[in-house]
Amino acid sequence: MSEHSTYQPGTGVEKWLDERLPVVRFAKEHLMDFPTPKNLNYFWTFGAILAIMLVVQIVTGIILAMHYTPNIAMAFNSVEHIRRDVNGGRIIQATHAVGASMFFAALYIHMGRNLYFGSYKAPREILYIIGVLIFILVMATAFMGYVLPWGQMSFWAATVITNIFAAIPVVGNPILELLRGGFAVDNPTLNRFFSLHYLLPFVVAALVALHIWALHVPGNNNPTGVDVKSSRDTVPFHPYYTMKDLFAIVVFAIPFAWFVFFIPDILGHPDNYVMANSQVTPAHIVPEWYFLPFYAILRAIDFNILFIDSRLGGVIFFAGSIVILLFVPWLDRSPVRSGTFRPLFKWFYWLFIINFLALAYLGAAPAEGIYVVLAKITTFYYFFYFLVVLPFLPMFEKPRPLPTSISESVLGKALP
Amino acid sequence: MFNIKTLISAAALTAALVAVPAVAQEADTHATPHIERQDWSFAGIFGTYDQNQLQRGFQVFREVCANCHSANLLAFRNLAEPGGPHFSEEQVKALAAEYEVADAAAEGGVRPAVPADRWPSPFANDQEAREANGGSVPPDFSVLAKARGVSDPFPTWIFNYFTAYAEGGPDYIHALLNGYREPPEGFELPEGKYYNEYFPGHAIGMSPPLSDDQITYEPGENGETVPQTVEQYSQDVSAFMMWLAEPGLVARKQTGFVVLLYLFAFAGLLWFTKKRIWKSVEH
Repeated sequence: MSEHSTYQPGTGVEKWLDERLPVVRFAKEHLMDFPTPKNLNYFWTFGAILAIMLVVQIVTGIILAMHYTPNIAMAFNSVEHIRRDVNGGRIIQATHAVGASMFFAALYIHMGRNLYFGSYKAPREILYIIGVLIFILVMATAFMGYVLPWGQMSFWAATVITNIFAAIPVVGNPILELLRGGFAVDNPTLNRFFSLHYLLPFVVAALVALHIWALHVPGNNNPTGVDVKSSRDTVPFHPYYTMKDLFAIVVFAIPFAWFVFFIPDILGHPDNYVMANSQVTPAHIVPEWYFLPFYAILRAIDFNILFIDSRLGGVIFFAGSIVILLFVPWLDRSPVRSGTFRPLFKWFYWLFIINFLALAYLGAAPAEGIYVVLAKITTFYYFFYFLVVLPFLPMFEKPRPLPTSISESVLGKALP
Repeated sequence: MFNIKTLISAAALTAALVAVPAVAQEADTHATPHIERQDWSFAGIFGTYDQNQLQRGFQVFREVCANCHSANLLAFRNLAEPGGPHFSEEQVKALAAEYEVADAAAEGGVRPAVPADRWPSPFANDQEAREANGGSVPPDFSVLAKARGVSDPFPTWIFNYFTAYAEGGPDYIHALLNGYREPPEGFELPEGKYYNEYFPGHAIGMSPPLSDDQITYEPGENGETVPQTVEQYSQDVSAFMMWLAEPGLVARKQTGFVVLLYLFAFAGLLWFTKKRIWKSVEH
């Protein structure tokens, strides 16, 4: 990558450092001079937004851990102690809790952008797979974090979600007991969730480093999906994209702040202000909104498939709905990256987005009446999109002509 | 430059992402009658607590509710904090001295409370509370106003995100306190229960706690009086309970206002900076 660098150590000290540990050269190459397509739209700023969100979550989380007590008798009140007695505690706690939702909002937009513009296609498969792994780890981290305040929803979410593992034949129960640290969700569960909730974000941070490394080998995809042909197609990352990303981050912070300062509890559930009680089951156990689509898939399988009972079937589809993401680069057979030039794909793509939102709605709806049927239809389309549309649509689709270069597409748009 | 299509799709996506959790709430409706919204002084982005109302609400809590309900997270000193009932230090000291708290180090195991002490529970333990209250522990008041809520129908819940209305808890408590009725025909009310229109399942263990003229409000300095009705009492105690659950609400909203102004200004400056930098690039 050194060909992008214009770095010349200026002073003797820099030169000395450059021969031993070229951190300044590295930063100049990757954070400043890195050639970036000049036609990226605002959907491309969500990568930077997510990086900042991870930092926000880690910083607020470390402060919260200084005041939190992972013990079933004290956890609930220790969170209230943070809100009431710790300086700035209410804001830090709300930032962390709302931050989880904002993190997922950005994550889903980032993934939606990736699916539309075909960023997962060669040569970015590994970049993409690392991204999916980050998504899985973030889900695990968010789930365990939600258990820590030890409210009613925390407790019952932990019970319901860990129970999923019990459906796996043979190894299910040992896994369940390992996760819970006992036969039921109790103090050992809380302790191990706290420990892992602190650990996993750093694993995520390490994967983010790999994600960015894997990005900097082929470079960014762009809205046309056409490879960078010459330096005319690119601009240096700094100041062009540092400033654009910073602008987007600050704009993203506006709804974030709105939630934190004015409606910090609106995304949560009132039941989580009731301390966990294993003797009282809440009327509705609903996961956080960002898990709802997958929860809907889990519940949609309420029938036996051959020798597989409905419980295991649900778990297979639930796990499959996430694991399938890992295979998307090879499921999609279209040679055209960007959805912009695929007239039929667009329709299936937007239907997939609507379908995903519908799954979220159904995840929160009671499992009765029309909702059960709709859950099955939406689950079907979720898999249909990946297993049928992506591999077979290219056979029937005639893509629109691609621009020969990024510059051509930009100028073509600019001309009347 | 912003591309119109990008803008529209970004707006649509954001709206959808905001709507999903809201939809999730809607799907979670209980079969209770519509709960009227009250005109809370602390609702919305400019909301602040009404100090007089909190003081009256505290009086209702102290004279009525506290006979059965605990408020374990409330310390006497909280009552003197700004943004709350804001009694004077002397008043709180005198108030605390009227109560006795358990202290193993004190002679006889009890001593008069000081402002640093927590509000003493009406019962020594859950078992005692259960025995005195027909088998169930009266819920603790500390965060109760946030542990209750109202599931708004479509499209109200969408507006809540933009009007920052998060007062479902006090709305519910107010409705509950005014919701005692004669049971409708055919409703089988268990022994020792009361019929309440807003309580899930309608059979509530708490007897109607408030009645008109039950609590005597001191007239204001200018001789102003507040009606001594169940309606007024329930408004006041609901407001007090919201403060109890969210004592930092006023400071939080005030900070939020400054933060948002700053973010808007900063975003504006960054937008012009970015535009200037990109001026010479065709993109």
